[in-house]
Amino acid sequence: MTLRSFSHSYPVLGGAYYLAGRAASDVKRRLGEQKAPAEFARRVAIATYEAEMNICIHAISGEVVIVMEGERVDVVANDRGPGIADIGLALTLGYSTASEKARTMGFGAGLGFANMQRCADRFQVSTQVGIGTRVEMTFLPRPGESPGGAEPCS
Amino acid sequence: MQLTEIARTLDLTARSGEQHLSRDVAGGCVSDLLSYAMANAHAGDVWITIQVHPNIVGVAELLDLTAVIVAGGQEPEKATLDKAKEQGIAILTSRETAFTLAGRLYELGVR
Amino acid sequence: MKISDIVALLEADVLAGRDGLEREVPSAGGCDIISDLLFFGKPGMLLLTGLTQPSVVRTAHLMDIAAIVFVRGKSPDERAIELAESLGMPLLVSPHSLYDCCGRLYVLGLPGVIGSTRRLQAECA
Repeated sequence: MTLRSFSHSYPVLGGAYYLAGRAASDVKRRLGEQKAPAEFARRVAIATYEAEMNICIHAISGEVVIVMEGERVDVVANDRGPGIADIGLALTLGYSTASEKARTMGFGAGLGFANMQRCADRFQVSTQVGIGTRVEMTFLPRPGESPGGAEPCS
Repeated sequence: MQLTEIARTLDLTARSGEQHLSRDVAGGCVSDLLSYAMANAHAGDVWITIQVHPNIVGVAELLDLTAVIVAGGQEPEKATLDKAKEQGIAILTSRETAFTLAGRLYELGVR
Repeated sequence: MKISDIVALLEADVLAGRDGLEREVPSAGGCDIISDLLFFGKPGMLLLTGLTQPSVVRTAHLMDIAAIVFVRGKSPDERAIELAESLGMPLLVSPHSLYDCCGRLYVLGLPGVIGSTRRLQAECA
C-alpha cells in the first residue's frame, strides 16, 4: 500500500450529531479509492469516527486532522471543550460522561477510547480541564491485512 | 442468505436502499449503543437497533453493513431516510422486537 | 476553512460555482446591506447574507469575495445563479439563520472581517 499524500482538517461542531462522521467517511472513501486493505481502512474509519463523535458529544468545537502518506495515516482530533478530569477513569471500559441526550441516541457507551486503542497502532490522549482534549493516533499496516485477510479489530 | 429472502421471511419493510436487497447477509449484530456496533458488527452484517437518527446510516456506511433493521415499530427519522437514500444504505423496519428479530434470524441460520 | 467544509457545516445546497468548492476562505462576514458590504468587504472572504438580488453577486465579485451563503433558505433568482456560474463564484443556500450560520463558523475558528465600529471610528478620527 502506498498512499498518495493528503491532509485535511475537518471542522467538527459540538452538539451537531447529524453532521458528525464526515471525517471518518471521507478517510474511508479515500483509502478505498487507493485500494488500501479493507481491514486497514476499517480500523482507520472506526477510530476516526469515535474521535469525531467525542468532539461532537463533549466539546464546543474541534477539528479532526487527517494526514496520509506512504504506508501511514495520522489522525489528530483536537477540541475546545471541558477536557477530561480523570484520564485513567475515562479510559475505563463503560465509563462515560456523555449527556442524557447523547445517551438516548446510543452514544456514551464508554467504548470510544477502547475502540480507538484497539484500532490504532499508536494512541495518545492529552487534555487540560477547561481547555480541551487532543487525541493523536497513527495507523500502520498490520500483518495479514490484505483483501480477504482476517479482521484485526475483533 | 440474501437480504431479499430475509426481508420476505421476516416481513420487513424496505425504507431505503431497495436496489441493494440482493446483497448477502454475513451475520447479525444487535445493539442500541453505536460504539458497541462499531466494535462488534462485521462487514456484511445486518444491524438490529431501535435507534432512528441519521448516525445509524453513518455507522452502516463505515462498517459496510448489508442493512440496518429498525425494530420495535420505531420510525426512522426523515433525515435518516434521506441520508440512507443518498448513501445507498438499506434500512428496513419491523414491528417485531429486536429480541424476536434476532431469534428468527438466528433460526434462519444467520449467525 | 475550505468552502466544501462550510457546505457541510451549514447543511447548504450548492447552486453555482461547484468547481470552486476546494478554495480556502480566511474570514467571513454577515450583512444585509449593500453599502455595508462595500465598506467592510475584504478580498477572499465568505459573505453570509439574506439579500438575494443579482446586484449582491455583482458587488461581491467586485470586492473579490470568494463565495456567498444565502441564509434562511433564501434562494437567489436564476439571473443571480447564472451570473455567479459565469464568474466561477460558489453560491450556497443554508436552511439556517444568519445568526446560526455565523455562530457555527465562528465557533470553529473562522475569523470575522467586520470589526468594531468604535475602533473604526477611532481609526477614522
